[in-house]
Amino acid sequence: MSLSGILVQMLNGLASASTLFLLASGLSLIFGVTRIVNFAHGSLFMLGAYIAWSLTERMSGALGFWAAMGLSALAVGAIGAAIEMLLLRRIYRAPELFQLLATFALTLVVRDAVLGVWGSEDLLGPRAPGLSGSVEILGRRFPQYDLALIVIGPLVLALVWLLLRRTRWGALVRAATQDREMVGALGVNQSLLFTSVFALGAALAGLGGALQLPREPASAGLDLAAIGDAFVVVVVGGMGSLPGAFVAALLIAEIKALCIALGTWSLPWGGTISFPKFTLVAEFLVMAIVLVVRPWGLMGKPQAAVRTGAPPETPLAPADATTRIIGFATLGALAALPLIVGVGSYALVLSIDIFIGVLFAVSLHFVMGPGGMHSFGHAAYFGLGAYASGLLLKSAGLPMELALVMSILGGALGAFVFGWFCVRLSGVYFAMLTLAFGQIVWSVVFQWDEVTGGSNGVIGVWPAPWLAAKQTYYYLALACCVAGVLLLRRILFSPFGYALRATRDSVLRSDAIGIDVQRIQWIAFIVAGAVCGLAGGLFAFSKGSISPETISVGRSIDGLVMVLLGGVETLSGPIVGAAAFLFLQDSIARHIEYWRAMLGLLILVLVLAFPDGIVGAVRKRLGKGSQQT
Amino acid sequence: MSEPLLSVRGLEARYGAAQILFGLDLELNAGEVVALMGRNGAGKSTTMKSIMGLVDRRQGRITFRGRDISHARPHEIARAGLGYAPEDRRIFSDLTVMENLEVGRQPPRIGLDGAPMTPWTPDRLFALFPNLAEAGDRAAGRMSGGEQQMLTVARTLMGNPYAILLDEPSEGVAPIIVEQMADMILSLKKTGVAILLSEQNLPFAALVSDRVYVLEKGEIRYSGAMRALEQDEEARRLYLEV
Repeated sequence: MSLSGILVQMLNGLASASTLFLLASGLSLIFGVTRIVNFAHGSLFMLGAYIAWSLTERMSGALGFWAAMGLSALAVGAIGAAIEMLLLRRIYRAPELFQLLATFALTLVVRDAVLGVWGSEDLLGPRAPGLSGSVEILGRRFPQYDLALIVIGPLVLALVWLLLRRTRWGALVRAATQDREMVGALGVNQSLLFTSVFALGAALAGLGGALQLPREPASAGLDLAAIGDAFVVVVVGGMGSLPGAFVAALLIAEIKALCIALGTWSLPWGGTISFPKFTLVAEFLVMAIVLVVRPWGLMGKPQAAVRTGAPPETPLAPADATTRIIGFATLGALAALPLIVGVGSYALVLSIDIFIGVLFAVSLHFVMGPGGMHSFGHAAYFGLGAYASGLLLKSAGLPMELALVMSILGGALGAFVFGWFCVRLSGVYFAMLTLAFGQIVWSVVFQWDEVTGGSNGVIGVWPAPWLAAKQTYYYLALACCVAGVLLLRRILFSPFGYALRATRDSVLRSDAIGIDVQRIQWIAFIVAGAVCGLAGGLFAFSKGSISPETISVGRSIDGLVMVLLGGVETLSGPIVGAAAFLFLQDSIARHIEYWRAMLGLLILVLVLAFPDGIVGAVRKRLGKGSQQT
Repeated sequence: MSEPLLSVRGLEARYGAAQILFGLDLELNAGEVVALMGRNGAGKSTTMKSIMGLVDRRQGRITFRGRDISHARPHEIARAGLGYAPEDRRIFSDLTVMENLEVGRQPPRIGLDGAPMTPWTPDRLFALFPNLAEAGDRAAGRMSGGEQQMLTVARTLMGNPYAILLDEPSEGVAPIIVEQMADMILSLKKTGVAILLSEQNLPFAALVSDRVYVLEKGEIRYSGAMRALEQDEEARRLYLEV
């Protein structure tokens, strides 16, 4: 590719960096002050694009266009303020995970609201009046609007920088980033400060979305794409650092642009390498590398302990008599189910899904609850298990039984490799890196057509004949599920389990009494990956086909919802949570058009009303002081 | 005697399951410097935090200028004119000295006597704390411990408080700074600001305080004029000596 072509792609990258920065700067600002990782930030970006579309429909001319951009930002800012006052204000002191879950629930609600108001078709925005043409750069045409964007990004950075450095409000915000309780004790109303910060962050996201409209149509998938990008930029730049977000946005946008510019190359030893395919995975690779080298991001600072923390978790206790009786009774009922409902019943299909979901959720809970490691990419090990089984069956011709066993190895191997990196981080950064690895696995599977079948996936993944009947497979899934659950329980009450819980409660103290913290966490991660891989293998054979969707971020989030729905502090939580979630998803999704919004609202109600999850809430109602499992 | 500026009745405080304070009563009158003494862990800091609304689980009745602040939020208490300078300083280390002062600034108040109070400005504070004047544009985190301690007090004064809860200002700073602290407290007293001073350093407390409360295990064991405690060897041995 010619030099001029590369230059134009680089300029294109600069333009993309501007909207990316607007998006990420808001997220960074909000995190800095409120310590909330706003999952709904991508939704605010999307709302900005949609609102801008509606406004530009009504407002014409250059003045109208730019006014529409500004008004979209203001509208999204107002929505942000409302979200902060109605929802976030109630959960500032809740555990980090609940905040993530609540803001995630918002994304579900917003997405359905967008579909309801604007419909499901992509909405093509207008070109910016006066900037609809292009200029010639080294003989190539470059859109004028993109040039404008290149200016707008640094301009907004300068404005926000001045706001933070030169005004009293800015000093208050920066002070609150460090010690918000002390700011309160000096007479500053934190509620107002937080609301204004959230509104500003939301307005920046809305502006980013609005400005992106002439380049990219408004669509209902923008939210997840945007939040993925925003997370990466903020983490690479350093949580809470505005210049860091800017540098990271530039870096990532330019690397993507470079991938596109390089195009497809023939390799000397035959075959081709297609760089444009790397765009999906490039940003996550950058993030993984940066986090390993500088765990707090390029321009961030090592995170200080936050002053107002949630109370420590109640220790786990072995199951008491009641729990055991309920457990055995449930198991008995499940064993008898095929005899009761009949062989061809849909209940069996749903139950198999639930067993797989329980296995998935329990393995996630293992690292999240007792391990204290909040994985946002658990679907990776599920997907690796599924693909290990599917590919070994179809391509390597392994018998199905062996292929299923290999799913355990697939999940474990993935966790072995990724876990080595992840356990070096903690908190939000751990969550982001696991998310990054999840996306890397997804991208590789999605784009490596020759091996994984790309978006078509692998089809014809059926169980061996003797397991093919629904009720036989039902018993297989049930057996695997029970075995997995019991294994993880056993581990948690072994010395290893105590050590794992010690690392969660205090890294320093565990270190001081001779526990190799990273090693323990790594082993736990691998164990969870293995069990999760088995769930993936079972999934593959129950559906007969697998696709990249198996690894999507949506599945990771489903897992989090299951665990939190049931309650993270109990061992029965993820089991109840997975069953409840899958049952609800199945029954609501089939009867209600806007089931995502319903699910989102349900999560919000749960988070606000039962911060301990279903099992935790029941236990509290029963007035049990100690936690039983 | 008129109503005290700050009155605390039956104050109890808990951290989790542990009870720290057991029914404290204390008073601070306008223009007075009162020492709150006791060994490490006696509950001095918790008392101050509880008054400021920074401890969630507290009980008892706290009034400031006749207004019930038992359930007020920290920023409301600060805005009522009660300042707080914490023991661990908690300055904003990334902000400059001037910015730290700006965060503490509150609008001017009407004095207790009904006349407008002269509001604190950075310049007035620099006269009181000369070390800070040279450091105006420096990041606060780069200052020495003593300078940070002065900044903590100065930052609180920017809120033009009627009274300050001053938590162990002499802790961990050089003797020369402790002397400056004593001078500072005496000059503050002259401006009419009342101070509740938590201390372990008896000579320092004796130099500046009018009255004293001695805390032990979350209860007040001794109260009276500072002079009386100085002369009461038995009480000093019981409650203060390590």
